[in-house]
Amino acid sequence: MTPSTDSQGRRLGLALFWVYVALYGGFIALVLVRPDLLSLRPFGGVNLAIACGMGLIAAAFGLALLSLVLRGRGS
Amino acid sequence: MLHETSPLALVIFAAFVGGVIGLSFWLGRKGQSAQAYYAAHGEVHWFVNGIAFAGDYLSAASFLGICGMIAFHGYDGFLYSIGFLAGWIVALFVIAEPIKALGRFTFADALDARFQSRGIKLAVAISTLVVSVFYLIPQMVGAGDLIVPLLGLPHWAGVVLVGVAVTLIVVTAGMVSTTWVQFVKGSLLVFFCAILAAQILDRGLSINAGRPGAENLAPQVRTVRPDGTVLVDGRRQSRDHDLRPVGTIGTLPERYAGRTSTGPLRPLEYLAVLEDSTVVTWSAKKHVDGEGTHVTYTPLERKGADLLKPGGYFKGLTTGKLADRLDFASLMLALFCGTASLPHILIRYYTVKDAAAARKSTVVGIAAIGAFYVLTLYLGLGAMTSGALDPTSTNMAAPLLARSFSTSLFAVISAIAFTTVLGTVSGLVMAGSGAVAHDLVENVCGVRMTDHEKVRCGKLAAVGLGVVAMALGILFRNFNVSFLVGWAFNIAASANLPALVMLLFWPRTTKQGIIAAVTVGMLASLGWILLSADTYEKVYGWSREASVVPFSQPGLVTIPLGFLVLVAVSLASPAPGQAPGRRKSL
Repeated sequence: MTPSTDSQGRRLGLALFWVYVALYGGFIALVLVRPDLLSLRPFGGVNLAIACGMGLIAAAFGLALLSLVLRGRGS
Repeated sequence: MLHETSPLALVIFAAFVGGVIGLSFWLGRKGQSAQAYYAAHGEVHWFVNGIAFAGDYLSAASFLGICGMIAFHGYDGFLYSIGFLAGWIVALFVIAEPIKALGRFTFADALDARFQSRGIKLAVAISTLVVSVFYLIPQMVGAGDLIVPLLGLPHWAGVVLVGVAVTLIVVTAGMVSTTWVQFVKGSLLVFFCAILAAQILDRGLSINAGRPGAENLAPQVRTVRPDGTVLVDGRRQSRDHDLRPVGTIGTLPERYAGRTSTGPLRPLEYLAVLEDSTVVTWSAKKHVDGEGTHVTYTPLERKGADLLKPGGYFKGLTTGKLADRLDFASLMLALFCGTASLPHILIRYYTVKDAAAARKSTVVGIAAIGAFYVLTLYLGLGAMTSGALDPTSTNMAAPLLARSFSTSLFAVISAIAFTTVLGTVSGLVMAGSGAVAHDLVENVCGVRMTDHEKVRCGKLAAVGLGVVAMALGILFRNFNVSFLVGWAFNIAASANLPALVMLLFWPRTTKQGIIAAVTVGMLASLGWILLSADTYEKVYGWSREASVVPFSQPGLVTIPLGFLVLVAVSLASPAPGQAPGRRKSL
């Protein structure tokens, strides 16, 4: 990997980091400010609390995988 | 509750622990140099290292603590899972590659790579030891908790057993054997928890867990007399007269009218049905009088929907008290920032060959750890409704859930839980021994050592740490495991993260700034914890109201404080590469 692709990779990693910070921060803010909304069941099955929790875990893995794929292409 | 010892459980347990120690001795032949002892030659395959990350990270707090918290308090335990996993995003996108590039054996190597300062090495070595010891205590306490029902031995025997086994593992081959122990343990933990979750879904949900309903709804009182004898409902506790296990389904949704069991359920269906059911949980009220300490466990029927939303454990989320909400926000910040600051996690980046391998191993770790944390939700809720819970011990929820299926599964799960503790403690002892031998003795005290002497010094430090861990595990036996782990995350995030992040992203960072940030972050978080309402109540036995800090988790204050101190001290000291005399006046 060259210095420029290395630097691009770092920038990509930081961009994905801030995407996750927004997701995680948004969830924590929801828990703190409007916990009642998390009882809603917009999809009929599980409530928003569980959907968001599972979603955050899936998002962590998804972003990690995405960074691996994108950096693999860049190298 | 008194637990019966099973010979099958003993055999399976002995096979697991014997296998792990045997593997360690076998691998010990490979680890003779300092590079092998501290960093496994830097030759561990990224996939093995990724699963070993999971082995290192999924400690007693994750397995025993989170399952127990979900089983006792519902959804709020899952918030720990979410926070623990989120921390890996910081590790992957911010820390992984630079730490691999900067360091050699220990976390102090990375922070000191630019400055070659004894002050940095000293501050970081002390913070590594403090975090490792705070993280060690709950692991040892958890080990003791497991041994009581599994082997019928006293709590201290479990602590000593773990201490001796871990010291053997670390002393025989250092990072090589520790890595493989973590790999085996991480794989087994995720695999057998998946089996347990599959069994939970296959069993579905049953009213009263197959027992007469009236019995489940009767209160029960446990009394501990001043002389230590235990009474249950006024009679001496024995195997024939003990607390009844708790936690069952009260009613199922209307579509199951006339049935007492749902039969097998799909993963999301299980959660949806539980939400529409009622669950018989229990309340615990304590009072003390001349006869002793009495705890009354009263059955409490609650809506499943109430248990699957936030607020069961973090009461402030529903009562609206600002201090309680800040406490919760502070904990979630510490979990997010703490993972990438844990010394035993950071040193694992030195065991792979390059930055790309460090990145790939982190992704594998996130996959394994994420899968495990999804499973914790099913394990916790399965335990909550299994009719098998011991109301006196949150830490035993997962093993007792396994026992509700079969003795062999209980034995396997307990043995895995024990190897979980072994694995995590091995990693912590490795991190601590590196801090003592490599950072303090060699770099701070300036003792010149040959390669062989470095390894011997590390092994001696590992033995010392093993003894300290055993003593603390016995001393803190009545402490809550998750509570103690929260302390470790807060101290790690406050002491280590500001210095690490600013070193990587702010060129004006100076060695004085790093030393000040590590020292202030560590002391401030430690001081805050010692002055918090939780510590007043649970450690000193004093009134919560007497506490002098507004909320218990320090991270919300002490993590930003670490950054501020670093910036202020760095700006007030000569810039890196600039002689003091040439510094421009401000």
